[in-house]
Amino acid sequence: MEMINVKINEYYTQVPEGTTVLQAAKKCGVHLPTLCHMDLKEFGITNNVSSCRVCMVEVKGRQTLVPSCSELVKEGMVVTTDSLRAIKARRMSVELLLSNHPKDCLTCAKNLECDLQSLSQELGVRDIKWEGIRMDYEKDQSSYSLVKDPNKCVMCRRCETMCNEVQTCGILSAVSRGFDSFVGPAFNLPMADTSCTFCGQCVAVCPTAALTEVNNTRLVWRELSHQNKHVVVQVAPAIRVAIGELFGMEPGEISTGKIAAALKRMGFDAVFDTDFAADLTIMEEASELVHRIQHQGKLPMLTSCCPAWVKFFEHQFPDLLDIPSTCKSPQVMFGAIAKTYYAKEKNLNPHDISVVSVMPCLAKKAEAKRPEFTKDEDSNVDIVITTRELAQMIKEAGIDFANLEDKSFDSLMGESTGASVIFGTTGGVIEAAVRTAYEWITGETLEEVEYKTLRGLEGIREATITIGNMDLKIGIAHELGNARKMLEDIRDGKSHYHAIEIMACPGGCIGGGGQPYHHGNMGIIKKRQEALYREDQGKKKRKSHENHEVIRLYEEFLGKPYGEKAHELLHTHYVAREKI
Amino acid sequence: MSQSERQLVTGNTKTADLSNEHYETLENYIGTLEDKEGSLINVLHKAQELFGYLPQEVQLFIARKMDIPAAKVFGVVSFYSYFESNPVGKHKISVCMGTACFVTGAEKILEEFEKELLIGNGETTKDGMFTLKDVRCIGACGLAPVVLFDDQIYGHVTVDGVREILEKYRKVDKYAY
Repeated sequence: MEMINVKINEYYTQVPEGTTVLQAAKKCGVHLPTLCHMDLKEFGITNNVSSCRVCMVEVKGRQTLVPSCSELVKEGMVVTTDSLRAIKARRMSVELLLSNHPKDCLTCAKNLECDLQSLSQELGVRDIKWEGIRMDYEKDQSSYSLVKDPNKCVMCRRCETMCNEVQTCGILSAVSRGFDSFVGPAFNLPMADTSCTFCGQCVAVCPTAALTEVNNTRLVWRELSHQNKHVVVQVAPAIRVAIGELFGMEPGEISTGKIAAALKRMGFDAVFDTDFAADLTIMEEASELVHRIQHQGKLPMLTSCCPAWVKFFEHQFPDLLDIPSTCKSPQVMFGAIAKTYYAKEKNLNPHDISVVSVMPCLAKKAEAKRPEFTKDEDSNVDIVITTRELAQMIKEAGIDFANLEDKSFDSLMGESTGASVIFGTTGGVIEAAVRTAYEWITGETLEEVEYKTLRGLEGIREATITIGNMDLKIGIAHELGNARKMLEDIRDGKSHYHAIEIMACPGGCIGGGGQPYHHGNMGIIKKRQEALYREDQGKKKRKSHENHEVIRLYEEFLGKPYGEKAHELLHTHYVAREKI
Repeated sequence: MSQSERQLVTGNTKTADLSNEHYETLENYIGTLEDKEGSLINVLHKAQELFGYLPQEVQLFIARKMDIPAAKVFGVVSFYSYFESNPVGKHKISVCMGTACFVTGAEKILEEFEKELLIGNGETTKDGMFTLKDVRCIGACGLAPVVLFDDQIYGHVTVDGVREILEKYRKVDKYAY
């Protein structure tokens, strides 16, 4: 590749052809502010629309300033980033964005997490020079998952890139033109009426509060204040390796014990682990897989833990509804067991039990409200909050999270194995299933439980696992665009897999839409993933079928895995939906 | 919801001709395209030619036949002022709002049309006769303020002249008021 000489301020450097001025500046240690720009290389995600003009620089010989994020270096280019002209132009870009922005930062959901706010501070904006006409669009609060407030949109189009190019859902587009333009779905329908999967990746990358989660923290506080309510809480695996970031801890620090301690202090009557339900899911899912293989059932079998993925195939592949596993997700299985088995064990009326979920995900909020999961009040999840919302509640309660002494989850639904911990990362669910399927099919003990070939962060991975005398072909995809490719192969009869795991978000649940904002730093997602594998390694039991509380649940209540009662409580069906 | 947004999402199908025949023609047209991805605008032109305007169901039909997101189709339709998502009247009145027309009183002309026709900017009269719309500069600045009546240009239009122009068309159509 040809190398190009370029001068940035006082630095001379050589960069490969095709490098942007922004990248070259970064190489020289010259910082330039950006807003619309997004470059998540590991996941092949870039947003390069140059719409915000916040990264403008001077190039010698050019009359006008250029946006450094999209301007490619040329031989002998001389760039100045720190001239008064460039500094003023960058500040003015932000001032213009602020001229029609609702400046309600104090009460805004993104207060202290907002890129526009940080930029305004970084560039020293101290007064609003132009008070422009404001946009006056209604907030879209139609869904259970996300809130869209076009008045706070800066038209950076990051959400569109996520929705269209990465997730290939095609829900969001720029609509109208000029001052009236905003980002919205087809015909400006309510989001709830579109084929949005509620994966929340648009929320994860939105620099402002134009896209945020539906905040349920008040509902949880209210539930906790009811004297007669027995409030139980479950915590998904991906939370424990991420929530610490919101309390100044290093990414990837494991805070399982601190979460349990915080939840107990907040007044939950029982603090449980979604990992328990993940082990339960494996009992059902591995049984289903073995059953399908042994009875010439439909293959490949697709995992069904991820609600965004479920909604995706319902809208996009309604002809393939017989392939996904019929297993409910761990969160929903937990709700069903809490209001039946746990209620019985504790001699409680299911009506008096309230189930709260802490999830790394926005789609889990909508999942809990699906009609088939809410029609029976005695087997559902009542309120779902995200990692961010739990952190907010812990702060509201004045709990010094980072210095909490570790506590354990409560018994009956609190035990977990290493297999369930890794549910939070891409590749984890299928690895957990293989660990159990191996022992069930061969009747032998699996000594080496770590299937390294199933791990990683590449968007599409495949591996062949030998179990006894059969080769189990496994496919793994994360991000819905990759899932689409896998499903198209199945539809075209080109797929040769026995089982496929799919997660909607980059990296799986660790990169979920409800997790602490990573602000484009993919190193954080990697550290969360490493932490999950570390937690798995530290567990005495690493196979789901060894979970003693799960075994007891079957003995005392459910009967056989994949049996009649299990079907009634732990399995579901899918609905063909329109694509719009 | 703002005015412009309301215009985008409301639709009156009274004058629409959404017959199956047109859908068939449109589908055949899409079938002949070699580069489907780059042809959305051509398809939208064809559809507007057939149906007179582009209601939601036509946009959705195009999205599905071309296998592209409906949001993208809607985005393009709402971006170009040429594309109509509401039914259009028999006559289209375009009041130029370019700089020259604006400073010579185009706003008053538009207001007068609104008063005379009892409709707002972007709307169509109940009888389906007239659609009123402001447009960007049409390049006839020497004649400012300019009104385009279908393909006919009227220059140096005055407020009093608005009724005169309308009368002419009403007479031609022998339409009783």
